[in-house]
Formats: sequence, structure tokens, C-alpha cells
Amino acid sequence: MIKLFSLKQQKKDGESAPERGKKSSAAQLRIQKDINELNLPKTCDVNFPDPDDLLSFKLIISPDEGFYRGGRFVFSFKVGQGYPHDPPKVKCETMVYHPNIDLEGNVCLNILREDWKPVLTINSIVYGLQYLFLEPNPEDPLNREAAEVLQSNRRLFEQNVSKSMRGGHIGSVYFERCLK
Amino acid sequence: MAVTWSGRWNHVRKVTERTGPFAHPDFEPSTETLQFLQEVCHILVIGAGGLGCELLKDLALLGIRNIDVIDMDTIDVSNLNRQFLFRPKDVGKTKAETAANFINLRIPGCNVTAHFAKIQDFDASFYRKFHIIVCGLDSIIARRWINGMLISMLSYEDGELDQSSIIPMVDGGTEGFKGNARVILPGMTACVDCTLDLYPPQVNFPLCTIAHTPRLPEHCIEYVRILLWPKEEPFGAGVAIDGDDPAHVSWILEKSQERANEYNISGITYRLTQGVVKRIIPAVASTNAVIAAACATEVFKLATSCCQPLNNYMNFTDIEGVYTYTFEAEKKDDCVACSQKPQNISFCESDKLQDILTYLLESTTYQMKSPSITTAINGKNRTLYMQSVKSIEEKTRANLKKSLAELELCSGQELYVADPTTPSSLTFILQMGTKME
Repeated sequence: MIKLFSLKQQKKDGESAPERGKKSSAAQLRIQKDINELNLPKTCDVNFPDPDDLLSFKLIISPDEGFYRGGRFVFSFKVGQGYPHDPPKVKCETMVYHPNIDLEGNVCLNILREDWKPVLTINSIVYGLQYLFLEPNPEDPLNREAAEVLQSNRRLFEQNVSKSMRGGHIGSVYFERCLK
Repeated sequence: MAVTWSGRWNHVRKVTERTGPFAHPDFEPSTETLQFLQEVCHILVIGAGGLGCELLKDLALLGIRNIDVIDMDTIDVSNLNRQFLFRPKDVGKTKAETAANFINLRIPGCNVTAHFAKIQDFDASFYRKFHIIVCGLDSIIARRWINGMLISMLSYEDGELDQSSIIPMVDGGTEGFKGNARVILPGMTACVDCTLDLYPPQVNFPLCTIAHTPRLPEHCIEYVRILLWPKEEPFGAGVAIDGDDPAHVSWILEKSQERANEYNISGITYRLTQGVVKRIIPAVASTNAVIAAACATEVFKLATSCCQPLNNYMNFTDIEGVYTYTFEAEKKDDCVACSQKPQNISFCESDKLQDILTYLLESTTYQMKSPSITTAINGKNRTLYMQSVKSIEEKTRANLKKSLAELELCSGQELYVADPTTPSSLTFILQMGTKME
């Protein structure tokens, strides 16, 4: 039991212990741990434009198999002070023809929204995103046109993906080249 | 001018001047206790909203006179049904000042000091003034911030926590008919980050549902909020949604209505739109009253030592009947916020960052594998070195050859070290001057 009677002493303004540099936030300490222990698959790389800011960085995925082999896709991560209670905000910066990523870069991945839990880490999201490129899921589409093509005609979908990655039009939408 | 009258504090003196079956074993009844509450005890109330109004009233009526209150908000007309220190004429004024003035006028002798500010505007020298801090907040981020602040103010001697450095934190929270009250003795009992998993996750709908298969009016509003707003930027590039700006809410309402019509969904209203945008959960005045009363009781118990404090987390719900349950939330061994006793390491100003790194790798105590070292200087985070991420390693490698003086690291500076060998980051306090043996 804490000796609370010591409370009865008058507190004095700003006395005692010398001021240490203001402590890092819990979110900051947790992200440092997450980043230090990133265990990236060989198809992924991270880039920190400002090494002092561990809360914002890019993830680059270069799939080596599946529909998206040879492509290079950049995601931006923004981690807030609510981390890990709140998930990071992740956007795809590369225009991609993909059933689960729309043309504004929104990503439909369950652990980024409804299934996020504080035990998950940045690494979990990296694996989740990498999986999206190996197994695009037409059941939960964000880009419905792409999802319909994937469901009805896998060959055509494969061709569309290749064409978009080389740089070209799919329907009326122009995709910038994103081959490695 | 301390107005008082005979018998004014009888309700408090019954507890402080007598013992009883539930009294703390070490409790000594005394007239000095009331005197302490009135003259010495200094309490900080964070938040002057639903819980804050109740807390200020409760604490003042318990005889506590020296109270500070912090709130960054101004009064909205929708607050008036439950935030009873505010009147229609106060709409637009600051919550902290209005609440403080009301209490000071209504309860003679009480001296509430208002701070129209964010908690982050103050540093440890401010928070150290208080005996107990009680929170009526609606934000997890703010709770974690004050929790981290109180933990950073702990001091250790030979690895032992100096109990006089502990400032107890009493935290209340409500959400509709549910609420909780808890007592945190920073460094001793479970802290906010130890129990981060207990906070209910924000309700988020799957993005694909919002984008293509809306079934609820909320799905339509979320569509406009998440997908349409950033695309159309109706109020200019980069303008974030302000849920209190009627023009913003009306725009979202109109677009949500269009989408709802497209999918034959009904039930979109202004109120619902604002509710979804601001994530409003209707506040219930009675829940606030119960939770604030529980918190004020804990403050009283801690301040007078008349009774063991709550151990340490009380849940409350009055959705159907009334139910409460108290349990002991456990301190987490690997809590990022409170599991670390900062450890002292000694180096000279002329030592290089490489020397610290080598020490962490080679000392028999740590034997780390690939430590990363960060610090915070003047509130700004700095990554001194991180080996495991190439882009950071390249940009911080030069630091290894710099001396601690060149890196602006002084005595007392905290260094945060993450390494795969430890479950959470370690905190070191740099001691300059004497070389480590």
C-alpha cells in the first residue's frame, strides 16, 4: 500500500528532480519497436523520407509472382498518436488495376479497418498488403470493374493487369507505367 | 473571504474524524484531515465537460478548495442538457473558465483556477504541483498523454520507485449507458497503456461495403466522408471535415442523401450525419453522475487515506437495471509506457554514439542484437541510429562517429532503445562526465 499520508505535505511549484527531456509518447515507443523489428519479405522495402519521423513512411512492394509480378507499388503509411489502438492510415500511391484498391488509392484490407487489433503490428499490415497482390479478392471489391473481370475472365484480367503495369488504358482509365 | 457556517462540513467530518469497519488499517481519525483537504490538497481536474462538471461540483462539496481545471473547448448549445455549470448565455465561452467561475460563486471558499488550454501545453513542472489528478476525458490519446507524463515524472533510487514521486491518477470514462472508473498509481498499478486492449475499438465498416454494397444510412454517410470528400474537396484542397461547421455537415448530408436514394436506403438526417461524422455516442447525464461520483470518492479516499482505494477498475452499466463489476487490472510486464524503470548509463561528452551502441551490444547485461536508439530533444523526436532499416541506417550512420556533445545530448537526456531481445523499448538516462567502469 502506497503511503499516501506523505501527500499531506505541501507540493511546491516545479521543485525536485531536474527536468528530463520530455518523454517520448507511448505511440512513438511502440512504433520504434515495430519498425526496428520489421521482418520484410524479400519483395518489400520501406523508405523513411525523414528518419526522425518514424510515424510516416513508404512501403514498396515488388511482387515476384502472381498477376502483379514485375510491378512496383508504393504505399504511404501515416501512424497517429492513437497507435496501436487505432490502425495506421495506409494509401496506395501507385495507380493500380486491382479489385481491392480503388483509383484514389484506398485499400480494402480488413486489418486496416474493421479487424484491426492493437496486437497487430506494421509487419502484419505489410504481409496483408503483399497477400493482396498474390490473391486479389473479387468478393470484396473496391474497384468493381476489375473485380468483375477477375471473376468472369481470368485471362482478360491478367492481360489488363499487364497492360496497366506497362502503362496504358483500361477502358477510359489511364494507368502510369509501374514496372520495376 | 471564507464564508462558512456551523455544521457545514459535518458530512465530511463523520468520515475523517471517526474510524469505522471499512477504514484503512493505518487511518488515524483527526481534525487535521479536513484542514488538509481545505488548505493544502491541490487537485487537477482534466476536462470540464459531462464528467468534469460533475467532478468539480463533487470535489468542491467534499471540502476540496484548491482545484485547477483544464479544458480546451468552448460551450456548445448541445452541452446544456447535462453540463449543468453552463447556461444558455454561456454558449461560446470557454468551458474551463465558465465552470470555474460557477463553482467559485456557488461554493464559498472554493478556489478553482481555470486553464483554457490543451493538456499538452503544460510540462512536468505544472503537473508536479498536484496531489492527485482526476480525468474526465473523451479521448484515448489524451489519456495516454497524461498517463505518459505522470510515468515520466517518477523517480527511482537504486532501482526502487520513490513513492513521493507518484501522483495518483483517477480516470473516469462514459459512453452512453456504460462507464468506468479506475485508480492508477503510476509505476505501481496497471496504467492506461497496460489496458489499451480494453478500450472498445472504433466501429469501422469494411471499405468495400461502404464503396459498393451500402445497406445502412451510416454506410452512405461514411461513403461521403471517406471516399467522396477527399475526391471532391468541396471546401478547397486539403480542408479537413469539421463536424461543427454546418456548411460541411450540410454538404455531407446532401451527398449522403443522394447515395441513399440510389440504394433505396432511408433514415438520413442532419443529426445522424453529424453523429456519424463526429462519432457521437449520445451522452447520458445519469451515467456521468455515477462515474464522476465514483471518481470523486476515490480522490477523497486517496487524499484522506480514510479507506483503501479502488483496486483498481470499476465497470458500470445501466442499460438494463444496474450492473457494476470491479476487478484488478494487471500491470503489463512489457507495457510500453510503464514497464520501464529508466536505467542510468554513464558516458563522457567526447564519447561517440558508436561507444553507446558497442556497450549495448557487448555488455553482459544487455547483449543486444540490433538496437535502435532514439531520443526526444525539445519535444522533437530524433532517430540517432537504426541498423535494421536500410533507408534509416544510411541517413543515421554518420551519427555513430559523432560525439555525444555534437549530437546535443546532455546529462539527463533519455534514450529509447528497441531491440529484438527485449519485449518493449528500454529507457536509458544519460549521465555525463564519469566514465562507466
